[in-house]
Amino acid sequence: MCGFGNGNDALIPRVGVITDIRTETPDVKTFRVVSPEGGKLFEHMPGQCAMVCVPGVGEGMFSITSSPTQREYQEFSIKRCGVLTDMLHSLSPGDEITVRGPYGNHFPVEDALKGKNLLFVAGGIGLAPLRSVINYVLDNRADYGSVDIVYGARSADDLVRLDEIREVWAKAPGVGVHLTIDREQEGWDGHVGFVPAFLGELGFDADRTALVCGPPVMIKFVLSTLGEMGFGKEQVYTTLELRMKCGIGKCGRCNIGSKYVCRDGPVFRFDEIDELPDEY
Amino acid sequence: MMGGIYGISKDRLEKLFSALAAERELYLPVMSGGKVNFSVWEEGEDVRLDVTKTAKSPKDAFFPQFETLYTCRTEEGKLKIDPEELCRREFVVFGMRACDAAGLRVLDRVFLSEPVDTFYAARRELGTIVSIACGEPEESCFCRAFGIDAASPDADVAAWFSGERLLLKPQTEKGTRLISSLSEYLTEADGAEAAIEEEQAKIRAITEKLPYSLLSLEGWGSGETKRKFDSPLWEKLYRPCLACGTCTFVCPTCQCYDIKDYKTKNGVQRYRCWDSCMYSDFTLMAGGNNRTTQLQRFRQRFMHKLVYFPENNEGTFSCVGCGRCVDSCPSSLNIVKVIKAFSKDGGDE
Ligand SMILES: Cc1cc2nc3c(=O)[nH]c(=O)nc-3n(C[C@H](O)[C@H](O)[C@H](O)COP(=O)(O)OP(=O)(O)OC[C@H]3O[C@@H](n4cnc5c(N)ncnc54)[C@H](O)[C@@H]3O)c2cc1C
Ligand code: SF4
Ligand code: SF4
Ligand code: FES
Repeated sequence: MCGFGNGNDALIPRVGVITDIRTETPDVKTFRVVSPEGGKLFEHMPGQCAMVCVPGVGEGMFSITSSPTQREYQEFSIKRCGVLTDMLHSLSPGDEITVRGPYGNHFPVEDALKGKNLLFVAGGIGLAPLRSVINYVLDNRADYGSVDIVYGARSADDLVRLDEIREVWAKAPGVGVHLTIDREQEGWDGHVGFVPAFLGELGFDADRTALVCGPPVMIKFVLSTLGEMGFGKEQVYTTLELRMKCGIGKCGRCNIGSKYVCRDGPVFRFDEIDELPDEY
Repeated sequence: MMGGIYGISKDRLEKLFSALAAERELYLPVMSGGKVNFSVWEEGEDVRLDVTKTAKSPKDAFFPQFETLYTCRTEEGKLKIDPEELCRREFVVFGMRACDAAGLRVLDRVFLSEPVDTFYAARRELGTIVSIACGEPEESCFCRAFGIDAASPDADVAAWFSGERLLLKPQTEKGTRLISSLSEYLTEADGAEAAIEEEQAKIRAITEKLPYSLLSLEGWGSGETKRKFDSPLWEKLYRPCLACGTCTFVCPTCQCYDIKDYKTKNGVQRYRCWDSCMYSDFTLMAGGNNRTTQLQRFRQRFMHKLVYFPENNEGTFSCVGCGRCVDSCPSSLNIVKVIKAFSKDGGDE
């Protein structure tokens, strides 16, 4: 009667089946999700997020960590830190959840990043959104310049997707992988130290575009290191994380200034972030 | 037929309501528990069309305080999602005011923009609005400051009290259909233009003189974020705020909502309910909170209405000057105080 089909509302999720769970670190697991009929739940772009829900427990926003070039499934890397994420960590392959999305904007892989030399800087679970971009770039290698990945975590055990990093990324042509951990650890012969300092030691030409994700303190120091190297704010992208409910710019929760982070973000350039009131 | 004027004498309104309610749900301002609010009308209720302002705005009729979005249940070990059916019944909201109708236009900008909120859209499509011009505007009204004319409300059917009659004028196709369905109760009142104009002139003369009518919105709107956000005035303004959220619940334009679970024996219902940016847990996260003080939350409510919303909506403010927050705040805080405080010194200090 009113011309709208039922159930096509953006707030109504679909059922997702977990087909694989891998333990990445003591508190991060990666969940592979498909639709009950098989195949991906939806198409997405690198940097976009989705609302994952265990009915009766809770719902939360998570970056889609798999690349759109992955045709079969979507993946979420989820850190255990509360009611919903505890429950997700207790699930097994075959279990069902609900998913709605994709939400938000994405890293500009089709325009602003094309042909550029790329510098990825990630800390801890902050690799999740960047992993999608990195695999997208590697699968469309000819479209981009050099790729450098600087990634750090508290300990070697806290580095997410270490196998993929070593076996795939480190072996890809024109890709430099630079890992670091916060403190000395037995069996680790790589770099030791915080990401911002490591980045300074490595020293990159400011002809690159940087994509930075991680804890707020890390982002702050990385930004100042990049500034010292001559990077302008318009050369640096990151994602913002705020409490979210609807994911579509209507419930008001993630509003900062005239932006809704769920809809206008989560990806922002630093010069855009400077325009926002200081409330993120 | 559209544009014609129809009349009904006040003492026949009860009959009109019965006829309306027989075919569809009818919302009317009704006295209950010492307060007048819109609710679904039943025979014998104390209808108060004489009261200018209901305590809560009538937004519930389109954006209910609670509504189920879908239910999740398990069937043979498989998860099933049953979306809640969209509204399918026609309804009439009778006795809205010009500010309430303008408030709905603000909600339209939120809920009808892509991606459309289908729950709201269905109600918008099926609801017919009858708005009454405000014969007795209240002291706290300042719709005029937002360019809203209390004498000619935006609605499917606009109405004016004139002597012992209520005059009705359909302004949309929906309104015309409603009026046609009521022909039995209405008389054509083609000569009534003059009566309406007279009533309008009377109303405008009053609204011009209301205490807050000359409130100036200069300095608010698009592009004012930096100047207003950092003003030291917020520090003084927010202090009495109890964070009770009353201002957001009575407001016709407040849109914020939460989505929650409710376990039933047939599954888990996901429902949405009104929420308030004034609450301390509104932005709380596992790793922190981006608004830890009431100053920040208080500022957010007014910055959103007077700067951020206009920035996204061609200058339209997310306040319609209904004055409900003026009437209901236990600490006598309100948007008028905020606007006035800034207009005194521009907010820069
Ligand atoms: C755009 C975006 C992308 C994200 N991507 C990831 C990711 O890839 N991997 C990952 O592990 N986490 C990610 N998060 C954080 C994740 O949403 C929260 O950790 C999760 O919701 C916590 O839920 P909980 O019930 O376990 O925690 P609780 O603390 O028990 O949750 C209580 C409430 O707070 C909300 N909440 C708590 N923490 C956050 C938070 N940090 N952000 C938003 N809402 C929160 C929850 O939704 C819930 O309503 C992302 C958040 C956002 C906004
Ligand atoms: S401004 Fe007034 S009504 Fe609003 S939350 Fe504060 S005390 Fe409550
Ligand atoms: S902010 Fe106050 S005056 Fe403005 S629309 Fe809301 S309740 Fe009415
Ligand atoms: S999560 Fe609802 S507006 Fe962003």
